[in-house]
Amino acid sequence: MGDWRDVLIVLSQGGLRSALHFDLMFSFCTDPSTLPDVQWMMCYLTTGKHMSIYVSVFTVLLLLAITAPAALAFGFGGAMAARSRIAPLSWLGKGYIAIVRGVPDIAFFLFFVIALDQAIEYLRHRALCPDWAGPVRQGNDFVVCTAAKMPLGNAPQWVHETYGFSLAVVTFAIVFGAFAANVLFGAMRAVPKAQLETAEAYGMSPRQTFWRVLVPQMWVYALPGLSNLWMVLIKATPLLFLLGVEDLVYWARELGGIKTPRFTDYPHGDWRMWYFLALLVFYLLFTKVSEVALNRLMKRLTRGQATTGGEAQRKAA
Amino acid sequence: MKNTIFSTVALTLAATLAMADGHSVVRMGTEGAYPPWNFINDAGEVDGFERELGDELCTRAELTCEWVTNEWDSIIPNLVSGNYDTIIAGMSITDERDEVIDFTQNYTLPDPSSYAAASADVDVTSGVIAAQTNTIQAAFISEQGWTLVEFATPEETIAAVKNGEADAVLADKSFLAAIVDEDADLMFLEREELIGGGVGMGVRESDGDLKAKFDAAIQSMKDDGSLNALITKWEIGETF
Repeated sequence: MGDWRDVLIVLSQGGLRSALHFDLMFSFCTDPSTLPDVQWMMCYLTTGKHMSIYVSVFTVLLLLAITAPAALAFGFGGAMAARSRIAPLSWLGKGYIAIVRGVPDIAFFLFFVIALDQAIEYLRHRALCPDWAGPVRQGNDFVVCTAAKMPLGNAPQWVHETYGFSLAVVTFAIVFGAFAANVLFGAMRAVPKAQLETAEAYGMSPRQTFWRVLVPQMWVYALPGLSNLWMVLIKATPLLFLLGVEDLVYWARELGGIKTPRFTDYPHGDWRMWYFLALLVFYLLFTKVSEVALNRLMKRLTRGQATTGGEAQRKAA
Repeated sequence: MKNTIFSTVALTLAATLAMADGHSVVRMGTEGAYPPWNFINDAGEVDGFERELGDELCTRAELTCEWVTNEWDSIIPNLVSGNYDTIIAGMSITDERDEVIDFTQNYTLPDPSSYAAASADVDVTSGVIAAQTNTIQAAFISEQGWTLVEFATPEETIAAVKNGEADAVLADKSFLAAIVDEDADLMFLEREELIGGGVGMGVRESDGDLKAKFDAAIQSMKDDGSLNALITKWEIGETF
């Protein structure tokens, strides 16, 4: 049992990162082929390679934690623009909603991310290397000066990974922001007109009416649509691999594949089914927890609202 | 993600201010799913023939190298758009690829491609043959007009034969040998195909300096016999 204590010390002292470089988690793992099943499994599940899949779980959770509020912000901005009385702003909002919702996600993820990455590098190139003579496009190559590379070619791998991850967050936020904008746009219109007229009668300015009356009341109409989006977003995270971020599904396939004894201490057959089963359980649990949380939120938002749900709550109380 | 976004932003800004020079770090792109050429070992690191070869080449060319993995499917586009600087992933030198990227001189001789199947009497001309997408083997089968099923990873091509989806898989003999040796259900067919012009490192066409450096390093490994030693050690095929 001393082994577990060692693990805890390693984890508490250096965090997950040093655990990643900790090849032999348990002292008995030196010769796995001689081990009984339980110990073999313990060793197998704590190889450096398996740490990668555990880290990728956090990658997915982190992506969701950052993307959800970012997409909501995009959505709110889009909805506000779409219902603006200034025509160009309204066109911009409506155009954003229409275009992004209409383009297939996969095309968006393949095309937009490369375009975004190259646009950033091109702008940096113009700013940092004004003396550069050669063209940026040379045949198939996209060539910018070394100082304009994003991230720099000599940056450590984790910077590259984090940059890729940030691009993913931006892309997810834009795509899901468009759907959220549509939901919020509808929700804003669903707030009873009488509420807004009353606010006006009380002498509130349009801005005050928007922030004090419309926004607090619209969430109850937006939540069903937004919760749908949240569920879709959870299931869309495997699209990360399209952006070069090694996600859960990538590692499940890689770890589950047939391993011959020549290249590993832990040979096994085709175990992809078990890994994907674990993924299934993970995603199901995750969506279940989300559902419970969203139901509670719905109850909270319904309180005191002029909807059938709010009315039912009032009568029950 | 191992680090927070905040420290990244800070570091990226800091790195932007410091001017970089030339190829101070060469990023080596590989697939990590094609033993014995390249694979991810138990410790989660890139390992195999090409790892050892690449590290030795970098030492000889006095370069600092870093290993990156990328899906086979998008390995060329990501080289061209500059996500890494070389492809070292058992990639055969072909004319089609040479139009898009440049290759160093070959570091292995053309390896015969062989068929692995569940029974010895599979007729490849009428059966269903599995191959990895964008490989010389996939191109070969479709040129012959035979029935081809393509998969994104080498792993899946083997699984397809084992579960009966395909009758045989066509791949580099060195890759299949490690699997057929261990698996009683799979065997080689007698027929082999001689396709491909040996394996080389891929670099961007605009990156002539890097190509010259690796060419010189490969030549020096050929001259002193250390490349042959590596080929024998990893059972890659014939030596130079």
